[in-house]
Amino acid sequence: MIRSIIGKTVIAILGLALTIPAGVSFYRSRRFREPVVLGPSVEKVTKLGDYFDGIRGTINDSNVYLLEGKEPGGSFLILGGTHPEEPAGRLAPWLIVENALVERGRIFVVLTANRSASTVTRPGGAYPPDFVIPTSWGAQKFRMGDRWSNPLDQWPDPEVYLHYPSSQQLAYMDIRNLNRTFPGRPNGTLTEKTGFALCELIRKEGIDVVIDLHEAELQYPVISVIVAHQKGLDLAALASMIISSDDGFAIGVEASPEALRGLSHREIGDHTRAVSLLLEAPEPFLDATRGRTNRELLLTGKDEFVVRAGKHGLLFEKIDEKGWPIDGRVGRHTATIKRIIEVWSESEPDKAVVLAGGVPGFKEVVGNGTGFYLHDPKSVPASRIVHE
Amino acid sequence: MIVTALYYLLTAYIAGLLVWSFVRRKRRQDEILTAIVLIPFLLRLLRLK
Repeated sequence: MIRSIIGKTVIAILGLALTIPAGVSFYRSRRFREPVVLGPSVEKVTKLGDYFDGIRGTINDSNVYLLEGKEPGGSFLILGGTHPEEPAGRLAPWLIVENALVERGRIFVVLTANRSASTVTRPGGAYPPDFVIPTSWGAQKFRMGDRWSNPLDQWPDPEVYLHYPSSQQLAYMDIRNLNRTFPGRPNGTLTEKTGFALCELIRKEGIDVVIDLHEAELQYPVISVIVAHQKGLDLAALASMIISSDDGFAIGVEASPEALRGLSHREIGDHTRAVSLLLEAPEPFLDATRGRTNRELLLTGKDEFVVRAGKHGLLFEKIDEKGWPIDGRVGRHTATIKRIIEVWSESEPDKAVVLAGGVPGFKEVVGNGTGFYLHDPKSVPASRIVHE
Repeated sequence: MIVTALYYLLTAYIAGLLVWSFVRRKRRQDEILTAIVLIPFLLRLLRLK
């Protein structure tokens, strides 16, 4: 009897010993604050709640960075972190906030459009909770998130998710997917309210062009592409041609399907006056046939199983032993954004946005590394640091 | 809110059953298994995810 009690006590203590580090990891991941060094063109940082009161004070009351030139011009909105499990989609706008020199017009940037989704990883997916980008001054840690809002913030999911306002039936969990809930609604779920708040930002600030940054698995047909609302097809096509000939990588164009609802490239274009574009870069980390789902795969994009899938013709993008490193994925996004801004400004001179420099192109990011463009928070006054 | 409250009540109930099962188990292997199964229920009750 005493032996049994001692044995049970030991096992219970071991169980608690396992519970504590898991709990601490979840707690830290949810509350980890990432420093952002405000670049020379950042005029102010507001909140999404300033555009829609219903999101104020919630976990998705995200920062909105305004980069403004001296001369008036057009307005762009760059959305990062719509899907926080696609890290190049957050790192590329991060480099813009920290480095861009805007000469004319305004660029609004949201680094974490769905903050709730950035505080959780995919249950059962064995995702790392964070990743580190090496820099000349050390390293910077970032949260690794998920595609869907944290169930702690929005729960339960319905049996059937009916998209608003189309009433199209979508997968039940996509009621927590920001890129299936646009244009959102003011009295909806947290994720729907977030989509509505972003659309309110676009309407109230008179945004001309919205660029939503993503990454995709190589087994997904929409990859290495600019997905464009019909209002932005010419803009995307011209940018794609210039990039494919001059920038060192190829990117295609796809028209946003009218029958697929809830996505930013469709709903923002339909429900606001803005041109809406979505960029996809290749991320082998997301492929179903991947091997170990760790930080190395996240950053190098190297995976022998995904390569093997490619040899069997199962992929929509090439991959070899060199993989798809994070620098190339970030560089694709920054270079594409620069080209879209250039093409837009040439075709709409009254609503031009002019960058005087600062934003690295594809070759610069690949050559110098993403960390080269991240600034040491210790090197600037506290007034120039904001946390995500 | 009501569904969430019911969810936590259900989680607490199952966690309670697991604790009771842990106490009643005779085989060491079953005790270890029950302790491991209990972990996510405890974390859920603590709202850690």
